[in-house]
Amino acid sequence: MFPTPIEKTSRSWQLTYQSLLPLALIMWLLPLIAVAIFSIKPAEDFTQGNYWGVPSSFEMFANYGQVFFNSDMPRYMLNSVLITVPTVIGAVTLSCLAGFALGIYKFKSNIWIFFMFVAGNFVPFQILMVPVRDLTLDMGLYNTKTGLVLFHIAFQTGFCTLFMRNFIRALPYELVEAARVEGIAEWKIFWYVVIPLMKPAIAALSVLIFTFIWNDYFWAVVLTQGPESQPVTAGITSFNAQFRAAYHLMSAGSIVAALPPVLMFFLMQKHFIAGLTLGAVK
Amino acid sequence: MSTVDPTVTSSRKDRGWYKRNEIAVTPWLFLAPAILFFVFYVIWPIYQSIAISFYAWDGLGEARFIGFDNYVELMDDRAFEVSLWNNLKWLLFYLLAIPGGLFIALFLNQTVTGIRIYKSLFFFPFVLSQVVVGLVFSWFYLPNEGLLNGILGLVGLGPVNVLGDPTWATYGIIAAGLWPQTAYCMILYLTGLNAVDPEQIEAGRLDGAKGWKMLWYIIIPQLKPATFIAFVVTIIGALRSFDLISIMTNGGPFGQTRVLSFYMFEKALAEFGFRMGYGAAIAVVLFLIMLVFIAYFLWSMWKEEKGR
Repeated sequence: MFPTPIEKTSRSWQLTYQSLLPLALIMWLLPLIAVAIFSIKPAEDFTQGNYWGVPSSFEMFANYGQVFFNSDMPRYMLNSVLITVPTVIGAVTLSCLAGFALGIYKFKSNIWIFFMFVAGNFVPFQILMVPVRDLTLDMGLYNTKTGLVLFHIAFQTGFCTLFMRNFIRALPYELVEAARVEGIAEWKIFWYVVIPLMKPAIAALSVLIFTFIWNDYFWAVVLTQGPESQPVTAGITSFNAQFRAAYHLMSAGSIVAALPPVLMFFLMQKHFIAGLTLGAVK
Repeated sequence: MSTVDPTVTSSRKDRGWYKRNEIAVTPWLFLAPAILFFVFYVIWPIYQSIAISFYAWDGLGEARFIGFDNYVELMDDRAFEVSLWNNLKWLLFYLLAIPGGLFIALFLNQTVTGIRIYKSLFFFPFVLSQVVVGLVFSWFYLPNEGLLNGILGLVGLGPVNVLGDPTWATYGIIAAGLWPQTAYCMILYLTGLNAVDPEQIEAGRLDGAKGWKMLWYIIIPQLKPATFIAFVVTIIGALRSFDLISIMTNGGPFGQTRVLSFYMFEKALAEFGFRMGYGAAIAVVLFLIMLVFIAYFLWSMWKEEKGR
């Protein structure tokens, strides 16, 4: 193990390390801690200039209550869910199929189709912006959740296929061969042999895509407007316009908006990290 | 034995065309939906964007072909120049996330009690949306209410308005972007460090390598796959930067924090009416910059595929 395990070092360094850890963490999360403190302060603290001192009273329920019951926030959150969940299902399904095709079969254009997905996934969004916005307008899907979902599925398919294909490549190919010898139809091999082995990849990809899509801002701004279809990342800007300079409410709003992916991460940590670091180790 | 020829095993006459060609046809059936979606929403629009960049078009009326006029105009566009320079700054300074992430990973690669919670808490800025990161940092930087100036005040340094200062604003935004990006690189390196061969470390120790030498000659070479991924995601992240700029400064002060992706959006959708052609031309420039990196990434992947 590198660096030298702490148990094997001098007592004084052990103690220093143990006390450095929490200090470093507090430094690292300082901007966030400040926002969390903002979000439980009463409005008077800001007018009286008590910005980063101890709150004069704890208004957690009042502030978060405002966010939940007195703004469009719940609506934006619901929109985000209705955009994110179908996208996850769609992109994971498409990429399971495509990943199976690219991972199992050997045919001439295999690598080129694979590279098309990889390259497309790296492309800057902006080059897609004008045509995709136009396309969505033409289909009558501008400012609808469906329009956003369809695009997200298509774009995420690039990354997901890369992920799935590499995962399937690492599976034991003999299983597929054995099934073929038994005369099992190809689609049944997919469904009964490969899919059960892909469960960890599906879990990892689902949490990753959930986070990516929940956090998307650019496409939300390009393809939607207004509380009837905008997800929370775009909605938070109108929320902030509504509560201009009311830092206690804006902070509470941001924390609420950030919560679902954070929960997802802490609940599904193993899968999340496995997904992110696929390929980081040979 | 292992290569089963479907035409031999299925000599029965009732086998249809599909059965006979199953192995050749199935991959295309499985690929069809993904390819359809991807070509429709990603590949074709790239071509369309390139085409639109040769037109003057407001998004509604008739598009007028103007050849390279949009690109010629870009050459004299001061705002474009600023955006291009800022993109370069982003590329350069965003890469700090890689050594930063390695440093934190080395710091956290221990087995003391509670280290797992520390690792997840260090990582978790990455899970926040860039919008929230942008808001958090713009409040952190606030001249009066912000914690940064509160701390600076404690050590007797005057208040700085990071985001209001044309020279510093871009660096302030990059610093905000580095926060989640460093966390990402950290987790890549933590995974990489886990897989470092302990025998090589022991061998290195026997040869008297320690500290920096050990890190440079034995550890870092073994972290190459993690470094490659960190490099890829950081470059792409740097060139895609849009959310933070839009949230934190909206391109200001005096347009000094614009980057190509933001300027393109402004030209095509926001500021002075809809100049789709001009916006598309900016996007094409950004795409060409990215293409250099995409080509390099694909080339590396291709080499590895062949090596298998």
